[in-house]
Amino acid sequence: MMNPKTQNKVAIGTLYGVAGLVVLILLALLGYILVSGLPQLSWHFLTAPAKAFLKGGGVGVQLYNSFYLLILAMLISFPIALGAAIYLYEYAKDNWVTTTIRTAIEILSSLPSVVVGLFGFLFFVVKLRLGFSILSGAFALTFFNLPLLTRSIEDSLRTIDTTQREGGLALGLSRWETVTRVILPAAVPSILTGVILSAGRVFGEAAALIYTAGQSAPALDFTDWNPFNISSPLNPMRPAETLAVHIWKINSEGIMPDAKAISSGSSAVLVLAILLFNFAARYLGKRLYKRLTSA
Amino acid sequence: MSKEILTTQDLHLYYGDKEALKGINLNFDAKGITALIGPSGCGKSTYLRTLNRMNDLIPNVTITGTIKFKGQDLYAPSADTVQIRKEIGMVFQQPNPFPFSIYDNVIYGLRIAGEKDKEKLDAVVEKSLRQAAVWDEVKDHLHESALALSGGQQQRVCIARVLAVSPEIILLDEPTSALDPVSSSQIETTLLNLRHDYTVITVTHNLQQASRIADRTAFFMNGELVEVDQTKNIFMNPAEKQTEDYISGRFG
Repeated sequence: MMNPKTQNKVAIGTLYGVAGLVVLILLALLGYILVSGLPQLSWHFLTAPAKAFLKGGGVGVQLYNSFYLLILAMLISFPIALGAAIYLYEYAKDNWVTTTIRTAIEILSSLPSVVVGLFGFLFFVVKLRLGFSILSGAFALTFFNLPLLTRSIEDSLRTIDTTQREGGLALGLSRWETVTRVILPAAVPSILTGVILSAGRVFGEAAALIYTAGQSAPALDFTDWNPFNISSPLNPMRPAETLAVHIWKINSEGIMPDAKAISSGSSAVLVLAILLFNFAARYLGKRLYKRLTSA
Repeated sequence: MSKEILTTQDLHLYYGDKEALKGINLNFDAKGITALIGPSGCGKSTYLRTLNRMNDLIPNVTITGTIKFKGQDLYAPSADTVQIRKEIGMVFQQPNPFPFSIYDNVIYGLRIAGEKDKEKLDAVVEKSLRQAAVWDEVKDHLHESALALSGGQQQRVCIARVLAVSPEIILLDEPTSALDPVSSSQIETTLLNLRHDYTVITVTHNLQQASRIADRTAFFMNGELVEVDQTKNIFMNPAEKQTEDYISGRFG
């Protein structure tokens, strides 16, 4: 039998060890991706279109597609998630209806993304005849993103103290005024953080997009901003391979001679972008919170 | 015309099956301060929160009886809670300023009601903060966050915020229990300023506070109103044995 003091020491030692292991794995992974990927990066790599058979292709179109898809998916999912979260937290009573909705959201958020992708393929691509397109991809990403975003916004609303709601109502504000003029402004920093973090997940998503946004990236004419032209970057009906899908594709069927280098470079770009999202989320959230709350 | 601004008749309140208020009859004259005292869980806060329908927010609450504000039934189906709460404002135990500037806090109610005239808003801010006896301390940083103020200042800003909507009745739910003695005495000064213009009803655990500021004191116990009278009668010469025991600290 150990005495409590030794027991304590062993426990703390083990916890440190486990935590250290997690950090170590993360650092090793990041280090490997960055060390092998960073040397590939250049302005040319970031802006040039990909080449199918030759050396020297870039990921310009894929990078652009990733951002465009992200913005579209956010434009669709954010209002819905915001509405759902406000309803669930501020209005809904605790009864079987809301319990069912919450359970549905839980289940939806644990769906494997490849299932979401296949559903998106059958429903948006085939049934609604949207084809392999940015729009199909954006809808699929909405399904993927909606539950996570709803939960995160609901959590943000939960952090606002009940006394704030009482304060608003006691001033003779209606429920809706209290929510929109008191609670939401107070929750903005935390909601923003949640949005950016979920943007990171959406940005790196591949499986849900393979069958919806497609695996080809037709060349884009960045001087043509008419969304109805097929080569316009704004056209939502064109197939659009994203960066994450590109990495998957190169590694499974890439036949260009520098496939390995391009895959490493793309991975580095992806990881850097997601890191950037995370840091931006922290920075903006903290800054906004400070601006709103302290002198 | 009767001076009574607020009347409660045979008010019962149930949390589920539990009866928390057992038939309260209590009327308030316009102007002046009434203190509600009594041991924890006696129903005084619950009673206070029925007066501007804040208990509506709690699920499973049933209320019977009548509460009339200037002759209008507060619980009539046609009663408008938003309008009621504009006329019967409330200040809470924990200071709860919104995370905005002091200025924005005070004018929030008015601004949402659609008032845009900058001069008028400025005037209301100054008047309300003066009435709440906090103007001199905050006038130079009206546009800084209200959360940067001390607890006592925050509480007075919250009082100013209620005053800005120009209610007739101000309900206070233990407004000083989260504050230090100095801040508490400033709040008391504030309330004494208000007693000529508003009907003030405050719940307090602090008997000295009740004796210092209240014109009238009501003693609650176990969901019943034991006694209500002029404050000095309650403290010097209570009619009921229970009141005397509580005042003299024999229980509670």
